[in-house]
Amino acid sequence: MKRLVVRVAMAMSLVLFASVSTGREAVPMAEDPKLETRLVDISQELRCLVCQNESLASSHAELADDLRNEVRELIRSGKSDQEIKDFLVARYGDFVLYRPEVKPLTWVLWFGPFVLLVIAAVFLGVYLRQRRALAAPVALSDEARERAKQLLKG
Amino acid sequence: MKKVLIPLVLFIGLVVFLAVGLKRDPREIPSPLIGKPAPHFTLFTLDPGDAKFSPVDMQGQVWMLNVWATWCVACREEHPVLVAFSEKNQVPIIGLSYKEIQPQDPAYKSPFDEKLKLARERSQVWLKRHGNPYVTSVMDLDGRVGINYGVYGVPETYVIDKAGVIRYKFVGAMTPALLAEKVLPLIAELNKS
Repeated sequence: MKRLVVRVAMAMSLVLFASVSTGREAVPMAEDPKLETRLVDISQELRCLVCQNESLASSHAELADDLRNEVRELIRSGKSDQEIKDFLVARYGDFVLYRPEVKPLTWVLWFGPFVLLVIAAVFLGVYLRQRRALAAPVALSDEARERAKQLLKG
Repeated sequence: MKKVLIPLVLFIGLVVFLAVGLKRDPREIPSPLIGKPAPHFTLFTLDPGDAKFSPVDMQGQVWMLNVWATWCVACREEHPVLVAFSEKNQVPIIGLSYKEIQPQDPAYKSPFDEKLKLARERSQVWLKRHGNPYVTSVMDLDGRVGINYGVYGVPETYVIDKAGVIRYKFVGAMTPALLAEKVLPLIAELNKS
């Protein structure tokens, strides 16, 4: 019983701390909500290069702040989403995009899984066919039939 | 017998792939700037006064651009290597002081002139203490030039050729081995052409 109490207390403290340590949302700038929603839309598609597995929208790294400001200014100057992405790709490479463009270099990335799937399907087909061949009922020979009869008579 | 071996071969293949993947540095991102002209900028230098520097000033020379800051820990590790390298006078090194005044710094919101003055003072003191490998250092206070060069981790080092084209980029602290094996041969080759 005592152990149970301790466990429950530990679990509760875990939950408590987890909720404390979750990051707060980036404070949206109230000046121009339209610009900010576009900023969020664009930066969700962009990778923060410092933390790598976070998007530019959710990262708190300093570089992410700078890049968001840069994107803000590009939006203000009337650039399209594509132009803004191109701007960042020209500086940081395709890696900055969460959804890399489809081009010969990224074909493996985009189509590789499907190629693997097809190969796996072919293997599975071949395997199943072989198994079916193994499980096919074998016609009983006369001798075996006679033996079975004897056994059944018992 | 053969069939038994198939999973083993697949497994070994998987292990090889994962082992190679583990050895690779995820921070190493190929820069799209290699082979492209070094982005233009004009920035104040470290020296008091209005002297400015622009990459155009280095036209006709092979040179190195090294991104650094006094707050950068890895730069401290790299610095003695750069100082020793600069003493051989093989290539002019230009420093790019990247965001010397950080956002958490109380001086961050000060007017530009005050920030520039403070950043210059700090950098001068630091270079006096640790040695100065730079021909000159330019002050990229807001990091905008850094963005144009695709800087995402300090220190970073670029080799730029006579025509002003970026030929090499390295992210992280330079090592003597890297300088000797990669950078020096490249500089020698670029100087010939």
